Amino acid sequence: MVNYMTDSIAEITFAQAINRALKDAMVEDDSVICYGLGADDPLRIFSTTKDLVELYPERVFDMPTSENGMTGVGIGAALNGLRPVMTHQRLDFFLLAMDQLVNAAAKWHFMFDAKSTVPIVIRLIIGRGWGQGPTHSQHLHAWFAHIPGLKVIIPTSVNDAYHLLKQSIKDNNPVVFIEHRWLHNQKGSIDTNHKSTLSQAAVVKQGTELTLVSSSYLTVEAIRACEFLEQHDVSVELIDLRTVNPIDWPTIYTSVAKTKRVLVIDAGARTGSISGEIVAQVSEMLFDQLLAAPARMAMPDIPEPTSYSLTKDFYFGAKEIVEKIMTMLGIDIDPTQVDSLNVQGHHDIPGEYFKGPF
Amino acid sequence: MSDLKHFLQHQKTILETLYLIRDIEEGIAERYPQGKMRCPTHLSIGQEGVPAALAPLLKITDLAVSTHRAHAHYLAKGGCPKAMLAEIYGKATGCSGGRGGSMHLIDESVGFKGSTAIVGNTIPIGVGLALAQKIRQETNISVVFVGDGAIEEGVFYEAANFAALKQLPVLFVCENNLYSVYAPLSKRQPVGRKITDVVNGIGINTAIADGNNVVECYQVLSEQIQQIREGRGPRFIEFSTYRWREHCGPNYDNHIGYRTEEEYLAWKAKEPIARFEQWLADYQLMSPTDMAKIRQQIRHKINAAFEFAEVSEFPSADKLANTIYG
Ligand SMILES: Cc1ncc(C[n+]2csc(CCOP(=O)(O)OP(=O)(O)O)c2C)c(N)n1
Ligand SMILES: [Mg+2]
Repeated sequence: MVNYMTDSIAEITFAQAINRALKDAMVEDDSVICYGLGADDPLRIFSTTKDLVELYPERVFDMPTSENGMTGVGIGAALNGLRPVMTHQRLDFFLLAMDQLVNAAAKWHFMFDAKSTVPIVIRLIIGRGWGQGPTHSQHLHAWFAHIPGLKVIIPTSVNDAYHLLKQSIKDNNPVVFIEHRWLHNQKGSIDTNHKSTLSQAAVVKQGTELTLVSSSYLTVEAIRACEFLEQHDVSVELIDLRTVNPIDWPTIYTSVAKTKRVLVIDAGARTGSISGEIVAQVSEMLFDQLLAAPARMAMPDIPEPTSYSLTKDFYFGAKEIVEKIMTMLGIDIDPTQVDSLNVQGHHDIPGEYFKGPF
Repeated sequence: MSDLKHFLQHQKTILETLYLIRDIEEGIAERYPQGKMRCPTHLSIGQEGVPAALAPLLKITDLAVSTHRAHAHYLAKGGCPKAMLAEIYGKATGCSGGRGGSMHLIDESVGFKGSTAIVGNTIPIGVGLALAQKIRQETNISVVFVGDGAIEEGVFYEAANFAALKQLPVLFVCENNLYSVYAPLSKRQPVGRKITDVVNGIGINTAIADGNNVVECYQVLSEQIQQIREGRGPRFIEFSTYRWREHCGPNYDNHIGYRTEEEYLAWKAKEPIARFEQWLADYQLMSPTDMAKIRQQIRHKINAAFEFAEVSEFPSADKLANTIYG
């Protein structure tokens, strides 16, 4: 079983694991370059690019505020032997570069009859809370997953952050690597014996009554939900997708064939979501084995507002997940106990250490 | 000064705008740690000169769009201070109903058409506003506020090219504060190349001015705006200026290493407000007592605006789903 945030050997944060992966990749392969707004500034992209420029001054650099052009530059460099890792402090900033990503990077290998590959990694950080609002908090993993030719990695655990980033850099295809800002300070450990591989979901917790499929920060909420349910003798199997293109169907099917119920949770807007895709696919493949209609929880089809009051009930977390599972299984748990899953303190920060603004 | 007569009529507006911007921004910086303004907030302290000089030169029927750092632009265009602060506090009375926060300001009643958070996002939108003005043969103009960083976005070149092609009534106001977040210009643009040279090359007439010298700003702006109103096409003015506090948030951050305390102090010594006050006093255009009186009035207005924002209700989420489409 995967070593998630809760139990840890050598304690490091998700952000430190990303930094380690970048450092190790650059040490192992001198064709790896690393750039993006802030890559070498004092804050080093939430510390994820710490020490890199000191080690490799030529291969680490800041860039002009030119997301589209600089993506194409990365693609060209990748076609000519480099392995660029480009980082954006918000996924939303990368939306300027859709032409280069979708029309060039994703197509090159296919369109030119497999003559060349584009080994580029684009790290995108998703914001949430503290009024990030409509254009600093978009969870668009489904968008990227919709593009054949892209690999889309969306890790949760510290171990996965490390191994999957390293493998993304080694991979010969364009990889969109999505980090949730609220995971950056989560703690965990890197297990060198347990290398996660691209395109493979993780069974985080085994269970028998229902399969819960999750990804990224929501998996943190899902773990809380599963632990709570376990205390009430409800056995849920939790799958962390890790990769949303391609999706690891065998792992999902095997689990759902066993539990015969599935709930998919998704931080993206409901329409056209990964959760919709999984529900559809499971329905097509396993319809006659299911004991309950496949279900999903996703974000409403509404842009994220800024105000504290408007975001208060915008997100769902462990409590809502538990309630949904209770309904699906037709069970009752004392509501005051369920309420205890509510996050204490402000809903719009990952922890009390966070004082804004970014 | 060629248009001294106008200037004398405008000096009070300019001074009021300077005070309004500075004291509102200082008020935000002071209160931000209370944790009630829960959104990314980019202050314009140190950069009041350009918007203040522009304030009396724009008509209410002129239009403007801006960036993540928009408080000063919104206020200079005549945007309601109460609605701005309420927006930053996330209140229902905010100019965007709490949906947008500090980076998404709007006051249509005075022609402030919107500020947005993605760098470069409003540049072509401002050009589009001017296209409509030109097609309707108005004498109004559209102002596009940009930073030195936004010049690096491809969309700037595309929009500037179109503005030049169609000779649109656009004024690009570029506040060059030397930095994009923690990156100095030297990390982003070739050293020695001027932004105005690039823009000239696109086919737009340019001017430069000391953004902390309000009188100079006023002169250059009034000349260029006059030309735009006469139908002589777009203009681009680059103003040198400096933000005093961190890129985003209320604190000072000269110690973290991307710029020096000396650089900051040198710019602070050239600060726009004290220089303008000095100028008014030197030419005996206004007495220090009168200036103090004006500032006092502005401060009352600002305190009332903070009070308004604090006591306003939070919006309810019920209406969110009904306002996605118009
Ligand atoms: C497309 C995009 N890229 C990056 C960012 C992050 N960002 C926010 S403000 C800013 C600095 C822009 O610098 P400049 O245009 O000079 O404006 P200033 O902050 O100096 O006023 C950056 C890079 C963004 N909001 N949008
Ligand atoms: Mg700047």
